[in-house]
Amino acid sequence: MNDLSAFAGPSIEWLSISPLLALLAGALILLLVGSLTNEWPKHWYSLTAVATSVAAIALSVVLWRDVSNDGAKLLIGGSLTLDHFALLGSIAICSAVLLVSLITSDYLSRDGSDAPEIYALYLTAAIGAVVMISSNDLVVLFLGLETLSLSLYLLAASNRQESASQEAGLKYFILGGFASAFFLYGVALTYGVTGTTRLIDLNTALTSYISVPRNDVILLIGIGMILVGFAFKVSLAPFQMWTPDVYQGAPTPVTAFMASVGKVAALVALMRVFVVAFPSRSDDWGVVVLVLSAATLVVGSVVAIVQTNIKRMLAYSSISHAGFILVGLEAASHRDSVNAGDGLVAVGVYVALYAALVVGTFGVVTVVARNSSSEANSLDAFKGLAKNQPILGLVMTVFLLAQAGMPLTSGFVAKFGVIQSAVAVGSYQLAVIAMVCAVIAAFVYLRIMVSMWLSDSATTEKVSVPMLSRFAIGLAVAFTLLIGFLPSLILDLTSNLAELATK
Amino acid sequence: MISLSLTPTSSWYLILSAVLFAIGTFGVLVRRNPLVMFMCIELMLNAVNLSFVTLARELNDINGQTIVFFVMVVAAAEVVVGLGIIVSIMRNRSAMTVDDLAELKG
Repeated sequence: MNDLSAFAGPSIEWLSISPLLALLAGALILLLVGSLTNEWPKHWYSLTAVATSVAAIALSVVLWRDVSNDGAKLLIGGSLTLDHFALLGSIAICSAVLLVSLITSDYLSRDGSDAPEIYALYLTAAIGAVVMISSNDLVVLFLGLETLSLSLYLLAASNRQESASQEAGLKYFILGGFASAFFLYGVALTYGVTGTTRLIDLNTALTSYISVPRNDVILLIGIGMILVGFAFKVSLAPFQMWTPDVYQGAPTPVTAFMASVGKVAALVALMRVFVVAFPSRSDDWGVVVLVLSAATLVVGSVVAIVQTNIKRMLAYSSISHAGFILVGLEAASHRDSVNAGDGLVAVGVYVALYAALVVGTFGVVTVVARNSSSEANSLDAFKGLAKNQPILGLVMTVFLLAQAGMPLTSGFVAKFGVIQSAVAVGSYQLAVIAMVCAVIAAFVYLRIMVSMWLSDSATTEKVSVPMLSRFAIGLAVAFTLLIGFLPSLILDLTSNLAELATK
Repeated sequence: MISLSLTPTSSWYLILSAVLFAIGTFGVLVRRNPLVMFMCIELMLNAVNLSFVTLARELNDINGQTIVFFVMVVAAAEVVVGLGIIVSIMRNRSAMTVDDLAELKG
């Protein structure tokens, strides 16, 4: 028998996981105190979530400085990582939680259904997301993924009166569970071949001996199933069918949350798994990622053209953004090139800029469309918006131009980064496809702009923009323009993003 | 003559787990009742558990067996969330298949 007294748990670096603890504390306070007390004054639930995410961002910034001074390291017996790549993702996620909480408060207060649960779910989803992007172990990653996904299923179905929201929740749940099972089977197969689930040990195991051919097939099936699981989660073509339905049915602030936090977490985790654990098989997965990326770009930009519902349009636009981010992963698969690290940096920058951008865009949709019925979200709702309310129209125009990748907006910095990283490693065909798709996608954004600026509105009634939403949308648009004019602000910070934690 | 002294080896269990996983996948794709689809997802997760246990025994490594506990916790949490959503839909309408849920399309 083993002697249990000899068992020693790993040491836990409490300070290094403080952003996670802050989010956890916020979620528990909202759930416990929220359920034990009478209804709080207006907006207080949301402000608790905002305070929590501000605390998490501040702690991440402190950790960022520590990493700059002492270098990246592994935490808790090597199951979590602490490096700039993970911290940038955490900051992007917590900022998205902050902005979405502000928008949600106004949205729910409109029909008097403000409650603490939804903010607690935002925070638990953020915990899952942060665990996912900083995990160094496929099983820890799976636990983070499930924490995130289970919260997202509930959030999508959170409007009990609207049957569309319920339908969205069920669709998301069935397909999400299906994808998780695929991911997990992939983990089991790679575990069977290598005997480990730690990302860094996986790489060591795969490079230190020559695997026998039979096992290599099983390993490739395992990697493929992990990729399929991720492809469902980040909605890469041909696994994107659920995205437009779920984005349309879910309450609009929740859609903003899924499009920002859900996507950022899954894409950053995907990046880390493939770059850290499987670089020795990059010739095999690089080709698959190239095909997925090209298909996603084409589907995302072409199918968006025929949509008439603004939320579906933006859902396809988020699919095409995922395609762009995969261009960066494809660039990182060219290991023999000296510029392979560029892909990782480009992806980090892209997700950070994209998170603020997409929350801002959906924020305007939340304000304009009032509810999630399909009439309120049709393109007609935006007719003449800019004539009635020039400032709101101008703000939406800035977001749409940024999504299209116009210079002087953050979207340009993001798209330029990934395409440049593809060119730097010589994958010209993908860079060309990405640029052509950016032009096709621009047509969709122009269509919204044309109906805002050139059509006449059916009503002259102005939509009111509540205080907190105004603040959140203002922050997002300021960030979008600031990075557009001064891209060096983020590019200087992220120059050493490619130094991932290895020990 | 076929030898009757068949002793199960670990590849039997791996094949069984692959078959169970395939049945689960097929079920999710073919069946139209959300509850049955949901059971198929659970079947897929448990097929993976069987793989983990077998591989852990094969590799003589305890980690694979501990992973199973985590997966079981996740599967239980998924049941809570999934049944919650299904019950909430059933309250609004009865005798539902996923084909009745076709409000969202474009």
